[in-house]
Amino acid sequence: MAAIADGTDAVVEAGGKSGRGSDADVSRGAAGQPVMDLLRFAAVGSVDDGKSTLIGRLLHDTKQLFDDQIEAIEAASRRRGIDGMDLSFVTDGLRAEREQGITIDVAYRYAATPTRKFVIADCPGHVQYTRNMATGASTADLALVVVDAPKGLREQTRRHVCIAALLGVRHLIVAANKMDQIDWDQSAYDRVVTEMAHLSERLGVVSCTVIPVSALHGDNVADRTHAALWYDGPTILEALEQAPAGEWAGVQGTHRGSGARLPVQWVLRQPGGGRTYAGMINGGPLRPGGEVVVLPSGQRSKVTAVETLDGPLGEAAVGLSVSVQLADDVDVSRGDLLAAADDLPDVVTQLVATVCWFDRKPLVAGAQYRIKHTTRVTPARIVSVDARLDVNRLELLPADSLGENDIGTVTISVASPLAVDPYHRNRITGSFVVIDPTTNGTVAAGMVGLPDLTPPDEDPASLVDHA
Amino acid sequence: MTTTLDPPTSTTVASRSSIAARPTVDHLDLLEAHAIFIMREVAAECERPVLLFSGGKDSAVLLRVAEKAFRPGRLPFPVMHIDTGHNFPEVIDFRDRRVAELGERLLIASVQESIDTGRVADPGHGGMRNRLQTTALLDAITAHGFDACIGGARRDEDKARAKERVLSFRDAFGQWDPKRQRPELWQLYSGQVGPGEHLRAFPLSDWTELDIWQYIEREAIELPSIYYAHRRSVIERDGMLLAESEWVAPRPGEASYEETVRFRTVGDATCTGAVRSEASTVERIIHEVAISRVSERGATRADDRFSETSMEDRKREGYF
Repeated sequence: MAAIADGTDAVVEAGGKSGRGSDADVSRGAAGQPVMDLLRFAAVGSVDDGKSTLIGRLLHDTKQLFDDQIEAIEAASRRRGIDGMDLSFVTDGLRAEREQGITIDVAYRYAATPTRKFVIADCPGHVQYTRNMATGASTADLALVVVDAPKGLREQTRRHVCIAALLGVRHLIVAANKMDQIDWDQSAYDRVVTEMAHLSERLGVVSCTVIPVSALHGDNVADRTHAALWYDGPTILEALEQAPAGEWAGVQGTHRGSGARLPVQWVLRQPGGGRTYAGMINGGPLRPGGEVVVLPSGQRSKVTAVETLDGPLGEAAVGLSVSVQLADDVDVSRGDLLAAADDLPDVVTQLVATVCWFDRKPLVAGAQYRIKHTTRVTPARIVSVDARLDVNRLELLPADSLGENDIGTVTISVASPLAVDPYHRNRITGSFVVIDPTTNGTVAAGMVGLPDLTPPDEDPASLVDHA
Repeated sequence: MTTTLDPPTSTTVASRSSIAARPTVDHLDLLEAHAIFIMREVAAECERPVLLFSGGKDSAVLLRVAEKAFRPGRLPFPVMHIDTGHNFPEVIDFRDRRVAELGERLLIASVQESIDTGRVADPGHGGMRNRLQTTALLDAITAHGFDACIGGARRDEDKARAKERVLSFRDAFGQWDPKRQRPELWQLYSGQVGPGEHLRAFPLSDWTELDIWQYIEREAIELPSIYYAHRRSVIERDGMLLAESEWVAPRPGEASYEETVRFRTVGDATCTGAVRSEASTVERIIHEVAISRVSERGATRADDRFSETSMEDRKREGYF
């Protein structure tokens, strides 16, 4: 993206010496390696509100596109009778997407400043591709919500914000798009601010920055516009550069509050006859000397070493793949969880969960599925479907089935015990997927616990669509 | 709960100081950890995985990640090269030496054999064989009963790859259906497939060309010498510099000449172009990649120039 001179001041240079083609000054740390953090964000919102165009605009104006990519997009635009560039083609790369002018599946794009790498998931807006939107949002630190400002928030916008928030995305940047169509009328922007305020409050969103933009013309995307003198907040680019990174995995220490967890993926046999247990750390750092409990068996032991191929670590940070040696000869295999002894997850054979249902076949009580939770796969049975979420009113209403793209709460029993944390405390040990054993397809995203909804403090009528 | 909403005139966003703090875990650590995680999941969930190794830079990184995932044990899968028969000798030397150093098992699936047995039509001497790799690959998958192929493809390479899951499902005909991909939530990778079906697993999905080179520098990973600037006899064709070889000779109106070049990608010698470059060290290549105005495949791959969706079309047929 635009060059940042020293990490303290965002400088968007007009034309030329920024992004690709410039003499990149990659800042380096003590070890001579670039010091960069990683921000993952997902562009979400309703179909035709301009998500792909905004991402295309952002990448184009920050010079993250290569010359041959630009030429190819210009050629593809010409073939379809479009003057100049259709910026949505930057991410809509499939034949069917370009034919229909829509996004079918998530496109991942990458951008970088000297201090930050961005992983961008451009999600589809159609209701029928909600499963793909959830795929893109499930690993995001932040959601870039695109709203057609003249039309206001739609039901599908609410659904996406709702899914993103349920998936644990706590930071939103909202692009109030197409402001050029209404002469940058501040009242339309204000309406988006008000509606997003209500939604954010109900969904436990921590920060929400609303920015008036025109993705088509590039106003307030990478470059500040002079069309809206009433606005002096950040551009999309500035907001992205200033957002906290590593929220998803808690890499930067802002984790969701559980103790250290290591889901065992693989057992490594060491030359001397010992074993180490390999996996990726989540929840909190793991150190030699730390007391752990093997779950679900409940055996206690102590970490004697945290190993990597590059040598032992004094501390294994969240997000690192390591292997751990224990003091005692305990029985540990794939699917078990090593957990910090002073903060244990619950070991359960029945759980209440919030699910996003993706299958055409409705979810009903009595159905048999498989569940993958951390590194454990177990048969599961739906005990009951309890409620469906009304995404307009943000209320749980009694229900006994969930249809395709519904969000609801269910009670599930599992054949082998699972060590779970509530999703709001740990996104790894609090999440699972539901797999149809006949097709092996993933039919639902599951989160342990009920959705974290704050009751409305005002008349719910204010939450109804303005469109 | 505090909701910060921004009135038009005063904006509150996270303070600068929260990101100015130097991360103790940087982006390469996270990319590496994620790739190790994916490899261990595939090895654990699939019955018969295989790692695809071309001798190129991405597969060299892939092998390094595999070592990190499974040492001091053996790799829980063999290594397989889909050999077009049009190779750079430096790459084949490197391939054999690297696999021998690791003490792992190398399988070779040969496009020449597909031609000799009539599985595919012979494109003629020096004809492009890139697309023919699909048949050799799918035949090898069937013959060995592989249910997962771990490859080094990256999403930044191409717009169709940008759409693909980390674990990408292939039906019994080896086909990718981009309109019906399985949801892939969080890092819960599901490796189960039915008889005859398989997965392609891409642990380096989120790496860019620059990440790959920074990692090669950090890990001091050896590569075939053709990645570094050297003098070579080349022929200019279709806007690319092809290496003169037993399969590529000047056509009427073309002339070969000496040039200082390096290769940004390594593939079939008849359709992989070199770039003019003086970058003879990893450090210089990192600089060159950071300021490049042309994409990796745009600069070097003739096979991507046929149509707007050539990669998507090849992937649908079962290509890497």
